[in-house]
Amino acid sequence: MAPTPPIATRGLTKRYETLTAVDRLDLEVHAGEIFGLLGQNGAGKTTTILMLLGLTEPTEGTARVVGLDPARRPLQVKRRVGYLPDAVGFYGNMTGRQNLRYTARLNGLDRRAAEGQIGAVLEQVGLDDRADTKADTYSRGMLQRLGIADALVKDPAVLILDEPTTSIDPLGVVEILDLLRGLVRERGMAILLSSHLLNQVQSVCDRVGIFAAGRLIGQGSVEELATAFGDDTTHVEVGLELTDPPDADRAEELFARIDDVATVTRPASSADEWRLDVRPASEGGRVRQAVLAACASNGLTLTSLRAAVPTLDEIYRRAVVRARAGTERDAA
Amino acid sequence: MTAGIPAKRIRRRAAAPPAPSSAATEPAERERRDRAPRQRPGWTVIAAKEFADHLLSARFFVLLVVLGLAAVVPLYFASGRIRELAEDASGAPAVFIALFTLGSQQIPILRVDSFVGLVAPLLGIAFAFDAVNGERSEGTLPRLLSQPIHRDDVINGKYAAGLAIIALVLTAVVGVIGGFGLLRLGIVPAAGEVIRIIAWLFLTIVYVSLWLAFGLLLSVVLRRAATSALIGFGVWLLVTVFGGLLVNLIAGIVAPLPSGGEADEVLASAGAQQFIARLLPSELYREASLVLLDPSVTQVSAPATIGQAIAAQEQIPSLLSLDQSLLLVWPHVVALVALTVICFAGAYIAFMRQEVRA
Repeated sequence: MAPTPPIATRGLTKRYETLTAVDRLDLEVHAGEIFGLLGQNGAGKTTTILMLLGLTEPTEGTARVVGLDPARRPLQVKRRVGYLPDAVGFYGNMTGRQNLRYTARLNGLDRRAAEGQIGAVLEQVGLDDRADTKADTYSRGMLQRLGIADALVKDPAVLILDEPTTSIDPLGVVEILDLLRGLVRERGMAILLSSHLLNQVQSVCDRVGIFAAGRLIGQGSVEELATAFGDDTTHVEVGLELTDPPDADRAEELFARIDDVATVTRPASSADEWRLDVRPASEGGRVRQAVLAACASNGLTLTSLRAAVPTLDEIYRRAVVRARAGTERDAA
Repeated sequence: MTAGIPAKRIRRRAAAPPAPSSAATEPAERERRDRAPRQRPGWTVIAAKEFADHLLSARFFVLLVVLGLAAVVPLYFASGRIRELAEDASGAPAVFIALFTLGSQQIPILRVDSFVGLVAPLLGIAFAFDAVNGERSEGTLPRLLSQPIHRDDVINGKYAAGLAIIALVLTAVVGVIGGFGLLRLGIVPAAGEVIRIIAWLFLTIVYVSLWLAFGLLLSVVLRRAATSALIGFGVWLLVTVFGGLLVNLIAGIVAPLPSGGEADEVLASAGAQQFIARLLPSELYREASLVLLDPSVTQVSAPATIGQAIAAQEQIPSLLSLDQSLLLVWPHVVALVALTVICFAGAYIAFMRQEVRA
């Protein structure tokens, strides 16, 4: 029997009086992967998370977290799952360390073991030097990091993070995402994170699920989603060192002549890159080789040549548009 | 006397299931931790933290000072009069306990029992008005609820911490008054008096716990701490300060005092007034506290018939034994406890049904 995934839902649904917050959600998150739940505010991400933690009961469907039903055994689930809520807060009159101690006590950790664990997680999130100052002096980013430390105190098997990168400066985002990567690598945790900042999480998620109006309209790796929701176009970016203007015209002509290149876009300034749209997408590799060959044989100096990864923003926009069109068709 | 818990809790103490273990901890260790007979129940952890918070808070200090003044100022007046009392009456009953009921002759409110009755509700409201909505606005509630505790542990723990701090403050105040009597005035209480004082202390704790439950209810129902504080203090002002006025007003409409009317009409009017007054918890507390602290009070209800009125007048002044006094106030205590239970149950149910998200 295959090991049960740490998070699995089947037909999970939550309805409020008139609103369906989460609609028949089927989701699986495996150990050792980061799953990104992407969607705008109000798409049902937080409701999903609350159901996974047993903090709200599903109207229909089932969820299994660490093999247990959170609606029936919330305590066991919560003992094994670390949770970072959206806009996490701490008791301002207590220091960071005292806040974590309280969490450790609520988890029934042995006092001495807890001290070691607290020290370790504080160091892990880079707060060890500020751990003994009051939490109300912390910046938003520090609170967020303390929140991750708080979720890690119980040494969870699953980590659920609600908007972990919101309101953090770009440098902090990189640090937090690196930290999450490390956790997955070192401890084989399963991490579910939700975000509406698509590009930020794109780099860190192994798989993503696109959430709109309570429905998961697509899931898979970014590349898979790009194929599923793309218009079968891929892009190649070419950097050229051009010495005199006629070269640019020559280059444009060369690129346009390559098979399967749909359009060639000149850069706005000579420092930028050329952009080739390739259709069908599967020909991207061959086109890159052709570009290399063309440049070499025509004396153009290449500075860079790479396949452009589609941005999640783009995929998301297309997925939502397509889903909306689908619903309208259903309604009609 | 602690408020009841309406919904029956189902604690699942099933053995931890064989869970997939993470790489960091040894499976055996994790299993042991999961199955270990559970440490302290969640509400005690929360109560301990809340209690410590209260002790270190500014409001604790302020209330201690206010309540201390409430005890010391009347005591100053009482100590003058208590000497006269002790000098002229060898048979004066319960001299020690008079510390609580004597006060300034000019200002009747300056008595320990009435002053405590006035100020003590503040204690209840102050320690509960932001119990839940404070956590909500600080963003700590979702984090707290995601820990392996039952949801009602939060509200039970907070109520327990409030009760403990109230008991602490009130016991301290009574202790200070008693100590003052012993040391400064040299009065030694009789055993019966000590029991009466303890009974009164208990009654006061019950009364304040009603306000605590009310504050808790406000903190659950209202989203903003400022609003619940304002409403709490408003209700306190209405009940304890303007309560008497309101009662007179309503009684005047419902059962007006007949001018030069028959004696039974007067009695009926007085009875109606008392009934309305007793809808206020402050009046229940005042009556009960009077009976407990003064053994010469032999009845609390207005006479219902002329016969009773005459009998009361002709009665030889006598002292009630403690059990008789207790019997007299028992309905009051039950009513106060019932009100507390209602408030707490309201807070409990509202909290259990609330969405975690703000």
